Formats: sequence, C-alpha cells, structure tokens
Amino acid sequence: MTALQDSLNEIIRRTSAEIPGDVHEAILKSLENEKKGTIAESALKIIERNIELAKQKSQPICQDTGSIIFYVDCPVGFDQLAFEDAARSAVREATKKGYLRQNSVDSLTGGNDGTNVGPGSPVVHFHQHRSSEISVRLVLKGGGCENVGAQYSLPNEKLKANRDLDGCRKVILDAVLQAQGKGCGPGILGVCIGGDRSTGYEFSKQQFLRTLNDNNPKEELAKLEHDVLNTANELGIGPMGFGGKTTLLGVKICAANRLPASFFVSVSYMCWAYRRQGATLKATGEIQNWLY
Amino acid sequence: MIPLLLPFTEQKIRALKVGDEVEISGIVFTGRDVVHKYLHEGGRLPPEVNLREGIIYHCGPVVVKDANGEWKVTAAGPTTSIREEPYQWQIIRDFGIRGVIGKGGMGNKTLEACQQHGCVYFHGVGGAAQVLAECVKKVRNVYFLKEFGSPEAIWELEVERFPVVVTMDSHGRSLHNEVFAHSQSELAKHI
Repeated sequence: MTALQDSLNEIIRRTSAEIPGDVHEAILKSLENEKKGTIAESALKIIERNIELAKQKSQPICQDTGSIIFYVDCPVGFDQLAFEDAARSAVREATKKGYLRQNSVDSLTGGNDGTNVGPGSPVVHFHQHRSSEISVRLVLKGGGCENVGAQYSLPNEKLKANRDLDGCRKVILDAVLQAQGKGCGPGILGVCIGGDRSTGYEFSKQQFLRTLNDNNPKEELAKLEHDVLNTANELGIGPMGFGGKTTLLGVKICAANRLPASFFVSVSYMCWAYRRQGATLKATGEIQNWLY
Repeated sequence: MIPLLLPFTEQKIRALKVGDEVEISGIVFTGRDVVHKYLHEGGRLPPEVNLREGIIYHCGPVVVKDANGEWKVTAAGPTTSIREEPYQWQIIRDFGIRGVIGKGGMGNKTLEACQQHGCVYFHGVGGAAQVLAECVKKVRNVYFLKEFGSPEAIWELEVERFPVVVTMDSHGRSLHNEVFAHSQSELAKHI
C-alpha cells in the first residue's frame, strides 16, 4: 500500500469515528442548555456517550457512514487520476475494516457488492491552487439527513417567499420545520442562495467544510445565519424532534450568481453526527497536519 | 426507565404511553426499506423468522465477522422510519408485531394500526450507533443476506437494555404530531 493510501485510510477512519472539536463543543453546550429531566436531555446524553465511545473504540459514530465526498486542494500538475485510484483503494480497505458500512447500492439492480466503490462512489472534488500544499478534506454524509435536504425556487407563493433575503429566510426556516425528527437533530444547515440546481446543492454542501464558530465575511449573510439559527432554536423542535431548546447547532450560508430567470435556495442538512475531517499531505503522501 | 422484557404481550404494550423511556431486552429483527417492500408485495419470511408479538427494528447495522467467525454488530443505530409509512400498517396487521423501533416517527396510517392492533413506536436516538451496538449482545441469525445485502438483510439480534422513547403509543397519541403542530405555530409568529 502506498503512503497516500495509508493517509487516506487514516482520514476515513478518523472521519468515521471522531467528531470534529467545534461540533463536539456545540453539542456539549446544547446538553448544558437543555431542560433537565426531559427526553431531549436524555437523547443528548446518549449522543454525548456515543461520541466518546466511538472515539475510544475507533468505530463509526453512526452506522450510516454516508456518501463519501472528498475535497482536494492541490497544486498545478498534481496527479488526479492517481489520487482517485488511491481513494478507491482506501475506501475498499476502510469498508473491509468496518470504518465504512457496505453502503453503496447499484440503483438499477439493487445489488450491493460490499465495496463502496462504483459509479459516483466515492466522489472527489479537485480544486487547483498556486500553492504547493495538498489538502484533503472528507465529509461522510448520511442518508437520513441527505433525504431532508430541499431546494426551493423563488418566488414561492405558498410560503409567501419573494426573491429577496426575507424570502430566503422563509424557505430556509420551512426546511427546518419539514426536516424535524427525520434528519437526526440538532442539525447544521449548509445553504446556497443562487446557482443552478446542481451547483446550488454542491455549494450548500461545501458549507460543511466551514467550522461552526467561523464568521461569514459577508455581513448580510452573517446576519441571516444568526437570525435563522436563533429563530430555529425558538421553535421547540429540539434534539431528535423530541421537543426542546436546541434544534440547530449552526447555519452556514453562501451565495452564487444566478440567471435572471432562476432563484434557487438550496438547503443541505447535516445531522449531529457531523463527520468532517481533513489533513494536509506531504508531496510523498504522508499526513502533515490535521485541519480540524 | 421502564424495562420491557420478553414476551412482548399486548398488555405490556398497551400500558406504554408517549414520553415513556423504555429499555428493551429480548429479541428484535432488523427490517428496513427492502424488507418492507418485499413483505408488502407478498414476499414470504423464512420459517425461523416469527414476528408475532415481536419487534421490528428499522436499522441497517455494520456487522463484521470476528476472529472466531461469529457475527458481531459494531454499529447499529436506527434509520429514518417514515420511508416505511406506505407499508408499516399492513405489516403490523398481518404479522402481529408489537413494536417498531426507528427514528423520526411515522404517519397516521401507522398510528392507527398501532391503536387498532396493539403496537407502539419506539424512538431510538438516531446516529447513536455505538451506544446502541453495545446493547446488542448477540447476533442470533441473519436472513436474506445475499439477496438484499448487509444493511437491508434481516438480522436477528439479542438486545439488552436497549434505550428508546415511546413517541407513538397504542392510544392514538403521537409526539411527532404534537411537536410539529407546536413548531408550526411558533414559526408563524416569527415570519
């Protein structure tokens, strides 16, 4: 096995078994805030115990180890084909070891060859930059939360949402209402305002690479993020939809240009089992620094 | 915390109410999307799988073989149940199951079947795959492994003190309906 494969294996293992620090902190805070003696508090206690246990046993936090999405920043001339080969081998290996569930199904036959490798799995997004740094980020996104993602086309008459930021706010909050219970809360929203149907969802997912405690450099988006977070947490949906104080742990919003005719708001939902890790790699493939 | 032990009789199930925290000990069968569609379309269960007075668990576990060749569940949280809403009422009726474990809750057809036939919906903590895997003491058997693949197969599991919350009871109450109605009216105030 090459050094690159080894590193990717370790990134997969760690992503599957260890929750990022910023998310863990937010979960602990929500546990502290929740009303004592409620089923919401019980659920958060189990979540907290689960996070500790998964790390200690080096086992998946959640059995749905999700869509396997790599984001690679690389210098010009980086061998993308070799990376994809190494990523597929690492995924096969991690599946054998049980860090990933046998989670990839042939959509036509229903067959599951148990490798997690096939058309669209894993997904690798490459981004070239002028620096010599190679960084690999991985998001494992489970199906429960993926299913509650939503794309709205504005105006939306039913929700009285026009083509402005207030309209965006209305549809994002509707997505929170509709997602309740189903996408293991407390959750995190990644949102893209604008774009076409595919880039809208793609950019909304890329928001999950941001840390929960960062600040949006665009003032109007930072304001909207806070507003949606605070409002959602006043709805009483709570952990797992049991009722309670913490419905969302974070909201991250970006904007992309759109056509005059289109105005999409794409909302991706991430469950509390927020699996995101990443590392910079040496040119030889070994892990240099962890990114989260 | 209310312990629920075998046998899962109608009387024990009818005594449970929305909001009760329950620990289940006994046997549960996993069954998710493929199993529900298969049974709905008239598929037959192997004779060893007896769901009468049993519990079905919406779960696709991670299962590996240990050094002795024994199956071991290493991650086993619930999957979203609402996908089984078109089928669940019929399976409650025809197979006489007393409990459904899942997450996210189910709709009114399932709620009515629970009321009519004496069944409850137990909500597990979604994503808590490790805490719940620790409660699986033994894999007794697996069915349809080759046909349906590992996550969709029927795994017969022996569980001990498996923690769940009753969110839909056999008296017509659904916590999910209540929280949805409440949050919807709260949201209206903020729009």
